[in-house]
Amino acid sequence: MPSSIPEYFALFGFEPRFAIDTDRLTRAYREVLSQVHPDRHARAGAGERRAAMQLASHANEAYQVLKSECARAAYLCRSNGAELEGPGAASVAAAFLEQQMQWREALDAARMANDTAAIASLSREVAAERGRLVERIAQLLDTESDYPGAALAVRSLMFLEKLGAEIERVAADRGEATAAATGK
Amino acid sequence: MALLQIAEPGQSSAPHQHRLAVGIDLGTTNSLVACVRSGVPIVLPDAEGRPLLPSVVRYRHDAPPQVGYEAQQAAPSDPRNTVSSVKRFMGRGLRDVAYAENLPYDFVDAPGMMQLRTGAGVKSPVEVSAEILSTLRRRAELALSGPLVGAVITVPAYFDDAQRQATRDAARLAGIPVLRLLNEPTAAAIAYGLDTGAEGVFAVFDLGGGTFDISVLRLSKGVFEVLATGGDTALGGDDFDHRLFCWVLEQANLSLLGPEDTRLLSGRARAAKELLSSRTQATIQARLSDGKWVNLNIARETFVGLTQHLVQKTIDATRRTLRDANCALSAIHGVVLVGGATRMPHLRQAVADFFGQPPLIDRDPDQVVALGAAMQANLLAGNRSAGDDWLLLDVIPLSLGLETMGGLVEKIIPRNATIPTARAQDFTTFKDGQGAIALHVVQGERELVDHCRSLARFELRGLPPMPAGAARVRVRFQVDADGLLSVSASELSSGLEASVIVKPSYGLSDEDITRMLADSIDSASDDRAARMLREQQVEAQRMLEAARSALLTDGDLLSGEERKTIQAAIEDLARTADGDVADAIVAANHALAVATENFAMQRMNRSIRTALSGARIDDVLAPAVRQDPS
Repeated sequence: MPSSIPEYFALFGFEPRFAIDTDRLTRAYREVLSQVHPDRHARAGAGERRAAMQLASHANEAYQVLKSECARAAYLCRSNGAELEGPGAASVAAAFLEQQMQWREALDAARMANDTAAIASLSREVAAERGRLVERIAQLLDTESDYPGAALAVRSLMFLEKLGAEIERVAADRGEATAAATGK
Repeated sequence: MALLQIAEPGQSSAPHQHRLAVGIDLGTTNSLVACVRSGVPIVLPDAEGRPLLPSVVRYRHDAPPQVGYEAQQAAPSDPRNTVSSVKRFMGRGLRDVAYAENLPYDFVDAPGMMQLRTGAGVKSPVEVSAEILSTLRRRAELALSGPLVGAVITVPAYFDDAQRQATRDAARLAGIPVLRLLNEPTAAAIAYGLDTGAEGVFAVFDLGGGTFDISVLRLSKGVFEVLATGGDTALGGDDFDHRLFCWVLEQANLSLLGPEDTRLLSGRARAAKELLSSRTQATIQARLSDGKWVNLNIARETFVGLTQHLVQKTIDATRRTLRDANCALSAIHGVVLVGGATRMPHLRQAVADFFGQPPLIDRDPDQVVALGAAMQANLLAGNRSAGDDWLLLDVIPLSLGLETMGGLVEKIIPRNATIPTARAQDFTTFKDGQGAIALHVVQGERELVDHCRSLARFELRGLPPMPAGAARVRVRFQVDADGLLSVSASELSSGLEASVIVKPSYGLSDEDITRMLADSIDSASDDRAARMLREQQVEAQRMLEAARSALLTDGDLLSGEERKTIQAAIEDLARTADGDVADAIVAANHALAVATENFAMQRMNRSIRTALSGARIDDVLAPAVRQDPS
């Protein structure tokens, strides 16, 4: 990318920190898009239109990354030299993987048994764990500047986000099945 | 509406001539053209005062094609040469089209996109659509007394890359500069939102003649943000007609009708469907070519029963889209109905039942899309001042990805990503010494390549010999604000320049387009070369003025070297524009565009900084920025 494209945090006028005011982020994103969106440059020359497309694409990607806790943390790790995957990346603790397996089995069992209460309780449990992990990541990044440590925690967070999405999907499917059955 | 502070580089807030820009709704059944006059969007009618143009084109052996009502009237007597619902064929191969065997056309299966054999030769759906667009362009130029600076053309939100590209090509063929392809439900939301000042989350349910879209948008403080979109580009009012047509065949014990009778009965079925929106009974009467009479009565309940599964399809897609938007039913403030097919009472009822609220039906469902497109065209043409505009954040409807080993799809850009968007992903080789890598670009939601639409295949050649897995091929997908994709690939680890950029194309090459342009009646009657030269000269003057004023306001951003390069490009273009070689002007204009691209980016960065620091943009962009009011 040309050097005139700023990195994600700087683009929106933020310091590169994990803790972020998301309302301010959204306002800044809209402000930036109002400057660079191709609609603002529709009648300009080809060079300016191309520049607008690139900057707007960049701003859209930057906003997606910064507004997600997981992606934002991963971005901070990478910008500070801590890789999340590939050679050089640390692997997730065995205990965490085992906990994952247990949750997945519990989800399968609840789905099979059509046990709404069990699905809800699992959802709460995973959300609580996720909250603890995010707090830890905030501390590792913003207070301790321990990027390799944070990268490890971010990988765990990625697993949890995936699991959380699956739980939600199961819950939504069940909700729809109920809606269809009641003729809604 | 009070809005974000907007700077429009290269455009002044000084009074300027109103630029003629229109919105075009290129529909399956009917098409419309609209513009903004004195701040109010209006549909431009034809000489007889009719706002709609039936999307029907009749080709004749020794006369120019007929378009609209004339063609529609001739359809039963000349079904083979009279093309209707051509939108269903745009960017489609023959096997993509449902019940093609029931259509009266002489199809030609061509690579990429099918074609039709007519009395005036073989025609691509792009050419047929271009006839409709040309008719609308002439209507607009007559009404507005001048050439258009451009048009916003609407497409179904769920149109894929092939269908969008085909629409753009049709506009090019019709001599219409496209300011933007705009999604139909988004256009409707603009018309509705600006008119009512509504805020909150809205669903736009758009069932047209041949396509279905459902979009969920958030309207707030002059920002139209599409949260998710879904639909089916092969589901529309036509399918309801077809169900009724099949019922007629069954009831009257008919089979294997000729094209004339098919056209006749299809027309009767459609008329009965329309009647059943306001009455509970309808009669279908027709005298077939063999003298046999068809005389049937149908009750609304029968029609509802025949088409309930089609209604259910729209509701299922709506449910999925709400889920994609991460939006509960209770969060929807209103449901806007668009498209003629939403007049069917049982469909309205199903929508009302699903959302738990009556849909908003105070707008003409046939016109709202064209009106919204006109408002957006007016904005893009620069006819609105800063502070009196809006920001539109639309999305891509279908995921874009690459085929990987084993026929699987690796998604690069997920559906519902805000456009424009760019993503890059790295791939590697799986054999030692592999000298080339084949890339297959697909669009769709399924995991398997065979279930997605193939957009393009290309190869990156000239990789240096490396062990398996050592190459790093970076593939970059760029989707522009029209939702159109371009793909580039380069090998990173070797530093060797192996790189390729591909824009998927669908059976129409640039040469095809040039040939079609040369063939078209318009170009024969005009002095095309002179017109092109004049257009290029005007364009050059516009670019020169923009570049010079940019240098005046933001020249301090440049190094001496950069400034010299831009100055040289300006002088070169100025010199060339005085001459009479159109191609040379195009080249010089292009050179200036390349020379100023990074400068444009730096200027935009400056305007971002200014905007974020809260300073008023108007105070910063010097009034010296002026635009040629041509």
